[in-house]
Amino acid sequence: MPRLLGVDIPNEKRIDVALTYIYGVGRTTALKVLEELSIPRETRAKDLKDDEVATLASHLEKSLPVEGALRRLNLQNIARLKEIQCYRGLRHRRGLPVHGQRTRCNARTRKGPRKTVANKKILRK
Amino acid sequence: MSRSIKKGPFVHPSLIKKVDKQNAQNTRSPMKTWSRASVILPEFVGHTFDVHNGRAFIKVYVTEDMVGHRLGEFAPTRTFRGHSKKDK
Repeated sequence: MPRLLGVDIPNEKRIDVALTYIYGVGRTTALKVLEELSIPRETRAKDLKDDEVATLASHLEKSLPVEGALRRLNLQNIARLKEIQCYRGLRHRRGLPVHGQRTRCNARTRKGPRKTVANKKILRK
Repeated sequence: MSRSIKKGPFVHPSLIKKVDKQNAQNTRSPMKTWSRASVILPEFVGHTFDVHNGRAFIKVYVTEDMVGHRLGEFAPTRTFRGHSKKDK
């Protein structure tokens, strides 16, 4: 199996799909890159020649941030928001939704598992 | 949807006037403003604003990183003091 950009080992899939296993590459970028390198999108990942793998890797790395670089970029952006004390930064710090969603119910992705408060109804009165 | 580039960033006219005046005189005193929707321009860096949050003015010292954000983002309008601990 070919190794692309470090850990990513796409498998028996067509190359246009296999590329999307890389963090930061979706269908659109995958197709664009294949077009630019004129590699037919029907090729299976295992049938790629070694030089094709090499050009794919270097081309991807040059054209946009992927994998580690992209992850680092995302973390930096969030750290910047936190640092300048803006509203979005505060929401990131608190672990609450950032884009103005309601938090009265739901928002479980950000808030994590429910923390049940005993006797909540009685306390509210 | 984001704002059309043609229009340029929104800044309240009176706020621009205040900043221009301070830049001309080279002073840096805090400026009171209610215009939370105003975008922070590069010229604002180093100035202090008193941004109204509906009740009081919050001091906001503008740094380079804040350019492109709006003044209101730095003056929270809600206070959340945490949920009350179970008593009794």
